[in-house]
Amino acid sequence: MDLAVRCQNVVKVYDTGEQKVTALNGINLDIAVGELMMLVGPSGCGKTTLISVMAGILDQDDGSCEVFGENLIDMRSRDKLNFRAHNIGFVFQAFNLLPSLNAAENVSVPLIINGMKRVEAERKATSVLEQVGLGERATSLPSQLSGGQQQRVAIARALVHSPRLIVCDEPTSALDHETGHNVMTLLKDVALHKDRTLVIVTHDARIFDFADRIAEMDDGHIIKVKGAR
Amino acid sequence: MYYIALKMLIGDKGKYIGIVMGLTFASLIMTQQPAIFLGLMTRSYSFITDVGLPDIWVMDPKVQFVDDIKPLQDTELYRVRGISGVEWAMPMYKGLLKARLTDGTFQTCIVVGLDDATLTGGPPVMLEGKIDDLRRSDGVIVDIDGARDKLGKPSPVPGGKPIPLKVGDVLELNDLRAIVVGIAKVTRTFQSQPVVYTTYSRAKSYAPKERKLLSFVLVKAKQGQNLVELTRRIRETTGLAAYTQAEFKTLTFEYFMHNTGIPINFGISVLLGFIVGAAIAGQTFYNFTLENLRQFGVLKAMGTSNWTLLRMILLQAVLVGSIGYGLGVGLTALFGYAMRNTILAFKFPWQLLLFSGAGVSLICVFAAIISILKVIRLEPAIVFKG
Repeated sequence: MDLAVRCQNVVKVYDTGEQKVTALNGINLDIAVGELMMLVGPSGCGKTTLISVMAGILDQDDGSCEVFGENLIDMRSRDKLNFRAHNIGFVFQAFNLLPSLNAAENVSVPLIINGMKRVEAERKATSVLEQVGLGERATSLPSQLSGGQQQRVAIARALVHSPRLIVCDEPTSALDHETGHNVMTLLKDVALHKDRTLVIVTHDARIFDFADRIAEMDDGHIIKVKGAR
Repeated sequence: MYYIALKMLIGDKGKYIGIVMGLTFASLIMTQQPAIFLGLMTRSYSFITDVGLPDIWVMDPKVQFVDDIKPLQDTELYRVRGISGVEWAMPMYKGLLKARLTDGTFQTCIVVGLDDATLTGGPPVMLEGKIDDLRRSDGVIVDIDGARDKLGKPSPVPGGKPIPLKVGDVLELNDLRAIVVGIAKVTRTFQSQPVVYTTYSRAKSYAPKERKLLSFVLVKAKQGQNLVELTRRIRETTGLAAYTQAEFKTLTFEYFMHNTGIPINFGISVLLGFIVGAAIAGQTFYNFTLENLRQFGVLKAMGTSNWTLLRMILLQAVLVGSIGYGLGVGLTALFGYAMRNTILAFKFPWQLLLFSGAGVSLICVFAAIISILKVIRLEPAIVFKG
């Protein structure tokens, strides 16, 4: 079994000056390639910190986190940027679309970051938008789209450059039940395949059924991993 | 990524217009106020500019500026003419005399008496009549602004505009008749008093009787003469002050700079304008970056380097800076154009464009640097914060 992510004794402490908060306290977790892993737990338990470490946008203080065999903390800053640009896709709770770019332009951003020409990138972005059912809204601004549509644009953006790992932070919590369900179906059907791994942080118990495995966190620890690998 | 930077900037039209307007205001105030200041200061020596032809001005050593007349004896003219290197030397009278208008009121005028034979130092542009008409009996030439306004005949309608003085009209200067034989265009003087040209001998007759009435000796140097050397020779030989045209302008300019509150007042105004403009534009641009911080964070998380983000912010700063600067300078130019025929002083040299350009660049660079530092320090993990 190929591993997408291997976390070993990962520790992350936030030093706010007045006090130190241990967000991750010796996390050990393996996530397989092609797996849909959910991280669940109460607010402040360290879920978001953990996917930030996995996505290479936050450095842990101790332990190692290998993503596709690469220990991100050992990488030079430029190599880490390149690694993220090619291998990681992001889906956010608040969508985080650039409000002045239309849907196709938003989706094309990861391709442009990877050096593709804008016209070509937008052409490819439009085709991915069609995959998520938004081909006809390619020229719409985010403000002209519903929450569910915006999240689908965000999913298209996370997929467009064919990353091997997609990290999603509360992708359904800003959506109603039906829309959230549709978004999860889309993620599972379009985003997930044998070469791509999804790690989803969520509070939303209604979507737990979509997970291959669920890691339950509390107080910086993983207290239970449910489901068979 | 530049395209994305531009879209980010222009996409929020309200903020975009706010930044551009801030920079426009800063540029406007950085150019308009100094342009008025320069215009005003240029007027302090406008008489020297208008006279134009002579290379050297000779006068009493105690003279501090062009309107500070300390008359000489007529014999000084001949002493100057005798100095080697002098091609010619002509007398000039300049003084303030009261003109009696047709309605019986009095108006102080600058009366300029030109050499009777050559009329050297006459008005730069004749609008009506010829300068030679000064040779006619009691002839005077009046400047157009004075003729239209202060020397004009009273309006038949109460509160109406005065009727402009025209060729053939009569004034009284010190109880003596003066017939308008020409209308000239001259650069406005600092005090904006009407300028009346006449011959030197007639000017002396208009002036109150004094032993000394020669205001300046205007000197033309022989071809190839070193002017600095010639002024030194004139000073040593006559004991009088001798300045090249540029030196006399500088003397006058510096007198006004050091002895009036104008530079300080305008300096404060320009400085305040710069500070207010910089604060508005810088703050708006910085706020724009702050509000886009999450978007920059998203780009950073997706793999955009700090260097690319830095170039994006610089591009945004350069764009708003250029547009704001262009609009501000354009408005100043428009203001100057609209005011060209009014009493308002205005001078807009290329140096002022450079000065304001540097000012706006400074604001943009400063705002961009602060914004860039913020973005460089930005943790991409911000994207996961609610």
